[in-house]
Amino acid sequence: MEPLLAIAVGLLYAAAIYMMLRRSIVKLVIGLMLLSNAANLLIFTSAGLTPGAPPLIAEGALMPDGPIADPLPQALILTAIVIAFGVLAFAVVLIHRAYNILHTDNLDQMKDTDT
Amino acid sequence: MSLEVALPIVIPLLTGTLCVALWRSNLAQRILSIVGSSALLAASIWLLISVYQQGHVVMYMGNWEAPYGITLVADMLAAIMVVLTGMMALAIAIYSLASASPAHEKFGYYPLMHLLLAGVAGSFLTGDIFNLYVWFEVMLIASFALLILGGERAQMEGAVKYVTLNLLSSAIFLSAIGLTYGVVGSLNMADIAVKLGSTENDGLVDVIAVMFLVAFGIKAAAFPLFFWLPASYHTGPVAVSALFAGLLTKVGVYALFRVFTLIFNENPEFTHQILLWIAAGTMLTGVLGAAAQFEFRRILSFHIVSQIGYMLLGLALFTPLALIGGVFYIMHHIIVKTNLFLISGIAHRLLGTYDLKKLGGLYKSKPFLSILFLIPALSLAGIPPLSGFFAKFIIIRAGVEAEAWVVTGIALLVGMLTMYSMIKIWAEAFWKKLPDSTDGASLERGRTSGSLMLMYAPVIALGICTLYIGLNGQPIYAIAEFSATQLLDPSRYIEAVLGGRP
Repeated sequence: MEPLLAIAVGLLYAAAIYMMLRRSIVKLVIGLMLLSNAANLLIFTSAGLTPGAPPLIAEGALMPDGPIADPLPQALILTAIVIAFGVLAFAVVLIHRAYNILHTDNLDQMKDTDT
Repeated sequence: MSLEVALPIVIPLLTGTLCVALWRSNLAQRILSIVGSSALLAASIWLLISVYQQGHVVMYMGNWEAPYGITLVADMLAAIMVVLTGMMALAIAIYSLASASPAHEKFGYYPLMHLLLAGVAGSFLTGDIFNLYVWFEVMLIASFALLILGGERAQMEGAVKYVTLNLLSSAIFLSAIGLTYGVVGSLNMADIAVKLGSTENDGLVDVIAVMFLVAFGIKAAAFPLFFWLPASYHTGPVAVSALFAGLLTKVGVYALFRVFTLIFNENPEFTHQILLWIAAGTMLTGVLGAAAQFEFRRILSFHIVSQIGYMLLGLALFTPLALIGGVFYIMHHIIVKTNLFLISGIAHRLLGTYDLKKLGGLYKSKPFLSILFLIPALSLAGIPPLSGFFAKFIIIRAGVEAEAWVVTGIALLVGMLTMYSMIKIWAEAFWKKLPDSTDGASLERGRTSGSLMLMYAPVIALGICTLYIGLNGQPIYAIAEFSATQLLDPSRYIEAVLGGRP
């Protein structure tokens, strides 16, 4: 399972970087979305996959019998998803406003403040 | 319970929330903003005193002991940063009374400002690496919204770059956290430091170190990752620019100091060598970029970049004296840089432009303002006896002692080029005659109006701070030395957080 997920993570990063390098700001935001998902999957994979062992302790016991999955990475991912959602919502509104004001979605034409 | 560690986060959060509750009343929000920032300053000074007496102040959230719960830790560096946050908060809050337009106030200027302060203070005080990410995001989302208040053309262009590069940096940071967790299975920074020291997989540790370096390097606007800063900082409202200039990049610098003294201190030949060249590049490109500019705030933005280089140089040399210099430099820089941005705002209020070619005649009509400008400007360039001289002196002395001749030479050269930029602003905005095309009517009015007095007050206060650091630097040096000792001996931090357990 790990190799498959590792390849998926790599592909997501590659696609995200590719989209972010395009000129259109819409594609830029799509790239950012893919990037946050790639990071989430990376956390999930690198923390180790333990299939079929939910982190539950049997009633009355103090310790789990045998190895269990680590629930913390999923909590991290959940937090990261919520944050990414909020930030991306902002980014979408921003590109909408930017398009209304600048009348272009081409990043090459947004260079007035660069030099 | 060490309440003082949590207060600098709780106070701005509470103030921001109350400001939202009083959305309709600008007056109430203004009063709350002043009260909240004063309380923040008071709480931060309490924290500083407490840290000075105890060394490390630790608080476990919800009484979950480290490494299981989230820990708030204040060491000397964090306490210094929080005090500076409090000072800047109060200065900007007063300045905003005069500079913020009613339209900005209606769109949540004060709530956003305090949310930003909460994010900044949280980043300084947290002892948990994932919690640091969360505070970064709190800070970022507030800064995004503040930057585009007003919705002008330049702001949109600047914001697109600012948002993209900062989100990229957050994604890299998050990936690095994921890999760290995969290696050591912990998120508490002290715990990571202990466990990372005993891992076999040195290659992966170096990769993670570089990922943290890139992520924080983007936030700190270090070479070659700084391009978003001069493209965006000068576009926002001036009080917002000043707040960003003083605090936001310094959060990145603080994170670098924290991570590369506490966690990745095993292999300095690799990580700190990279940092050294980043520092040299940052100093040079920043100052050269500024030389080509003719807009008040844009010159200052490029100088933020070049000054970041000095702080990183202090970290990269990694000797006791260099770290003292780095911490001293941060203290001096935050005060001076915020002050310069505030002065650019006054010049804009008087003459209606930031363009140096259209400014002029300020020395003739406002000699007092000219002196107020000279104090931070000469301090930034490192003229004795102002604060910048001692900051640069300590760092360059450390460079000479470490026999890092090339970077020391660059640091000296950059000091001179900084002088060039400051002279340029002086000659163009203050010394030369007012160009005929600029309307100088507001200069001629004899008495300064009440709102202008509000803009002067923080500038005068920060100028006095600069003079104080310069003329009586011993206590400041002692605090910086205290902080450097703590940074060089992470075992005390680890012991304070983990309570002596392995």
